Amino acid sequence: MKKLIITLMALGMAGTSYAGKVVLQGSTTVLPIAQKAAEVFMKNNPDADLSVRGGGSGVGIASIIDGTCDIADSSRAIKPDELAKAAKRGRDLKAHLIAMDGITHIVHPSNTITNLTRAQIKEIYTSHATNWKKYGGPDLKIVVISRDSASGTFEAFSEMVLDKKKVRPDAIMQASNQAIASIVSRTPGAIGYVGLGYVSTSVKAVSVEGIESTKDTVLKNEYPITRPLFMYTNGKPEGMIKKFIDFVKSAEGQKIVNEEGFVGLK
Amino acid sequence: MKKRDIFQKLGFGVLGACMAANIFFLGTIIFFIAARGLGVINWEFLTAAPRDSMTAGGVAPAIVGTFYLTLGAILFALPLGVASAVYLTEYSPKGWIVNLLRISINNLAGVPSVVFGLFGLTVFVKYLGFGVSILSGSLTLGILALPVIISASQEALTAVPQSIREASLALGATQWETIRRVVLPAALPGILTGVILSVGRVAGETAPILFTAAAFYVKGYPHSPFSEVMALPYHIYALMTEGTHPEEQTRIAYGSSLLLLMLVLSVSMLAIYIRARQRKTYNA
Amino acid sequence: MNKKKERIIKYLFTMLAFASLAFLVGIVLVLFKEALPIFTKVSPKDFLLGQSWYPTAEPAEFGILPLILASLLVTLGALVICVPLGVGSALYLHELAGPRQRAVLKPVIEILASVPSIVYGFFGMAILAPMLQNSFNLPIGLCALTTSIILGVMATPTVASIAEDALSYVPRSFREASFAVGADRWQTLTKVIIPAAGSGISTAIILGMSRAIGETMTVLMVAGGSAVIPSSIFDPVRPMTAAIAAEMGEASVGSDHYNALFAIALILFLITFVFNIAAELISRRFRLKLGLSR
Repeated sequence: MKKLIITLMALGMAGTSYAGKVVLQGSTTVLPIAQKAAEVFMKNNPDADLSVRGGGSGVGIASIIDGTCDIADSSRAIKPDELAKAAKRGRDLKAHLIAMDGITHIVHPSNTITNLTRAQIKEIYTSHATNWKKYGGPDLKIVVISRDSASGTFEAFSEMVLDKKKVRPDAIMQASNQAIASIVSRTPGAIGYVGLGYVSTSVKAVSVEGIESTKDTVLKNEYPITRPLFMYTNGKPEGMIKKFIDFVKSAEGQKIVNEEGFVGLK
Repeated sequence: MKKRDIFQKLGFGVLGACMAANIFFLGTIIFFIAARGLGVINWEFLTAAPRDSMTAGGVAPAIVGTFYLTLGAILFALPLGVASAVYLTEYSPKGWIVNLLRISINNLAGVPSVVFGLFGLTVFVKYLGFGVSILSGSLTLGILALPVIISASQEALTAVPQSIREASLALGATQWETIRRVVLPAALPGILTGVILSVGRVAGETAPILFTAAAFYVKGYPHSPFSEVMALPYHIYALMTEGTHPEEQTRIAYGSSLLLLMLVLSVSMLAIYIRARQRKTYNA
Repeated sequence: MNKKKERIIKYLFTMLAFASLAFLVGIVLVLFKEALPIFTKVSPKDFLLGQSWYPTAEPAEFGILPLILASLLVTLGALVICVPLGVGSALYLHELAGPRQRAVLKPVIEILASVPSIVYGFFGMAILAPMLQNSFNLPIGLCALTTSIILGVMATPTVASIAEDALSYVPRSFREASFAVGADRWQTLTKVIIPAAGSGISTAIILGMSRAIGETMTVLMVAGGSAVIPSSIFDPVRPMTAAIAAEMGEASVGSDHYNALFAIALILFLITFVFNIAAELISRRFRLKLGLSR
């Protein structure tokens, strides 16, 4: 049995350690960018072998600290306790800004609401406000939809809008942006928040403090709920990892960022 | 008509309705998925990798991933399962041992699949350091398949007539020779049924591979037991919950669901067919 | 020499046979080891009876009562569907179906039992939830009702096929005796056969329940996910399995949240363990009563 394990281990090393292999893990917000970028990158570089996993920002950062992935996707900046943990394991995590994103509030297309203030959003998410009428909308029960509390999107939202106050317990917690978008598109009373890339014609984006969430307002930092998206590497990237990060930051990579609905830096 | 005849008619009517509802509900599910999935499945869907942010192309890597995971799980569970069954039926251990083992097998069969996932995550991925990989996923799924294989093998072994064993022993064969040359070959079709049934079960499981094996997108096909893989059931989940193109992705999810459904249903049909034939030979 | 080989082989088989036990014990150990640290932070009572589940807030709150109640609600809902349908189908198969019908229906039910849970979840999310939302005019289709229906339909074949097995163990002589004293088929069924197979049927129901409460992917996709104590069947809920599957990916190893999720798994495991032991005891009594050896 032991021999078998060692043999398998050896096989595994042979599998994982060759130069072209890169594992990406983390944020579900960054996932579409990572996937498409990996797809195009591997077409251009046949010897590259990338695999992309979701999980969430927290899990991506934890994995790169554990050494089980090469690039951690994150929709928030690294936290002090994560930095401390990384230092303890001798990791020197480097952030690579790859895109900007506006956390966009969406409602059902039939909802007449077009604008909410930050305070109103906070009230909807944390108190027991139950009807759209209060905010000038139709006479309809508000269905509050949020991301799972461990996701990077939630943490960014909680920090920028809720001032870390707790979300009301009857909010519907969903594990991904797409799940939120699809529930909102089917539910007349719903409100949810997603990355800019997930806004489609089947939902209606609401402006915040009178400012619409668009590529332009996000890039100029005018939209109030703007956040950066990162890829973290362990130390200065080298080899295939460097090649990939450079690709994502290149004009071609940033075009993918824009195509997926996020905001490229160029 | 007497009152009790009316009762009987009514009662039987209700039972018939239950049966009809049962078949109807399940038929509806299969019908909807087949109706919307059939148009999606074509040669490219079966043989190509996903393209254009998972909105086009096929699901070949997920099919291959599911194949490897299932194969690995069976390779792990088959010897263990058959050995357990042989021990329980052939070596007739003490009563309390039989009871203890039977209770653990039944309980193992009832453990929620997500708990297997946590076990796999802790032991195979983290503690033994296999990482998120085919190996970790296969081992986790193998434990899940174990009770199915044991029960089916036990049934097959008990069905082998005692007289055959006695004849073999009388001819001077040892117990092991009897098991290997006589009992196991006779029980083979029944054991095979168990294997096929567990293939159906393992191939469709999602929760155990969520943290142990599954990836959202990988390049081509896995080349080592330590690669993470795409798998059909997880692919359906991922398509429904991740990515920025819900409409196209839902379409592909219908195709993938139909594919998985066809795979699993045909596998269990095969198992049940083999078992029915087997039972016939013994009853005749 | 030969004898020694025989002995070695026997030991080998004995060892391998204990694998199931070893895995079960292993699962228990892992769950306990990873779960216990949370109870140094939260008392078991507050954990089980606490009403707010805010695993990542500061300060975090780990009360899983809403999750437990959600699991119980959807499981009960599922039972309302799978018990009549499953047991009714079993009785139909056993009592009314002719040999030819039986030969088709029995395998069909068994084959349906193998439909993967992800397919049910997908169906619930893509088709059933929007349908119920429109027809009942619900604020949201992903709720306890939808989950119960899907879980119920899913557990029906399991219940049907185990209950049918139990019915088939009832000796023919019971039925003949009943007919001999002038009972008709319906009376024989309700007064003799069902009571005789009663404990076997309860085993089927318990195992169906165990399947429903431990089901993960379906509830993850269909239940909606609000960690609030449900006040109606139309509320979105967050059953225990859904919380584990949704949050484990994001909880970093060794954190309180991680340990709390293992503690949920431990409680879930204990619940299904009790169910399985109960099923085991009842079915043993059933076999004894009918004088069956196995």
